[in-house]
Amino acid sequence: MSTFDEVIAADQRIEPRDEMPEAYRKTMVRQIAQHAHSEIIGMQPEGYWITRAPSLRRKAILLAKVQDEAGHGLYLYAAAETLGMDRADLTERLIDGRQKYSSIFNYPTLSYADVGVIGWLVDGAAICNQVPLCRSSYGPYARAMIRVCKEESFHQRQGYELLMTMMGGTAAQRAMVQDAVDRWWWPSLMMFGPPDADSPNTARSMAWRIKRHTNDELRQKFVDMTVPQAERLGVTLPDPELRWNAERGHHDFGTPDWDELKRVIGGDGPCNAERIANRRRAHEEGAWVREAAAAHARKKEATP
Amino acid sequence: MTWPLYEVFVRGKRGLNHVHVGSLHAPDDESALHNARDLYTRRNEGVSIWVVRSAHITASSPDEQDAFFAPSGDKVYRHPTFYAIPDDVPHI
Repeated sequence: MSTFDEVIAADQRIEPRDEMPEAYRKTMVRQIAQHAHSEIIGMQPEGYWITRAPSLRRKAILLAKVQDEAGHGLYLYAAAETLGMDRADLTERLIDGRQKYSSIFNYPTLSYADVGVIGWLVDGAAICNQVPLCRSSYGPYARAMIRVCKEESFHQRQGYELLMTMMGGTAAQRAMVQDAVDRWWWPSLMMFGPPDADSPNTARSMAWRIKRHTNDELRQKFVDMTVPQAERLGVTLPDPELRWNAERGHHDFGTPDWDELKRVIGGDGPCNAERIANRRRAHEEGAWVREAAAAHARKKEATP
Repeated sequence: MTWPLYEVFVRGKRGLNHVHVGSLHAPDDESALHNARDLYTRRNEGVSIWVVRSAHITASSPDEQDAFFAPSGDKVYRHPTFYAIPDDVPHI
């Protein structure tokens, strides 16, 4: 047995300079890069509302949250770099569509309630996904996830608190919350990826301990966690098939529109083009800053 | 033009070691320190930051693990349990 297999079998971590199968390296690069891109693109739907926040308190919270997303992206890019990837190259791959990001960020944020629902549902789903990744077999990724998860719980709680506040407000505010829940519920369930039957790489990723649970297991867990939170909040989750199944000890729920997920991943979601165009513009418009900083560093080095 | 990579170490609180927390890119040492502050210490993570160019770190390779870290099985006398002390000797 090779060292790699021994480390995996002993449930220990693979570190950057360890030998690893090429397919493992490729899978890790793809997963970490996609995760990093998601954090960076994920700043946009909420960033849109920073200048429109209803109070200074909400604005400060939202700024801190979006800054965290940037930080999470950078932790993850650094983890990808330990596998020999180049940061600038990763950005290029995102901008020209060779690498993906989470489908969820291709939906628009139509009201301030969306900021709350994203914190509650989208970050809640992300936490479900990410907590097991803290024990992922690739060391730098697992360690980055520990930092991310610590910070993510603030994101979810600020969202739920925002929604509780709105639900205690006017009928119009309550309607905004329900509308946002209606729009984000199914895309949030899609965040866990296709059903296990259509997820051919899951078995191998589980064997390599990159993943600890299947997509469907995590989706079920998320539904079970979220239902009582929705009840407490006083909103209805938009799924007529959603009900407690005492026999299974879990909630039964309807089937997400998998064709929609495929379309959105394929580039045909409501905001795909806008998200990438914004990212490209930010990158290109920031070029002079990067160059100026490098020129300044060279000048300082030349004149001690 | 790519900014060099830096490794970041943070001292959690007085009396603890600086611990590696991750890496980042920066054009120069001073910017690296500022970037580290923004990226790794947004929530009172520590009292001191070190940054060092990754290229300046020389690391042992996993292949050399034995040479560097083998416990030297023949040098058992380095461990306190090598020395038999009668049970009735207190505090040792």
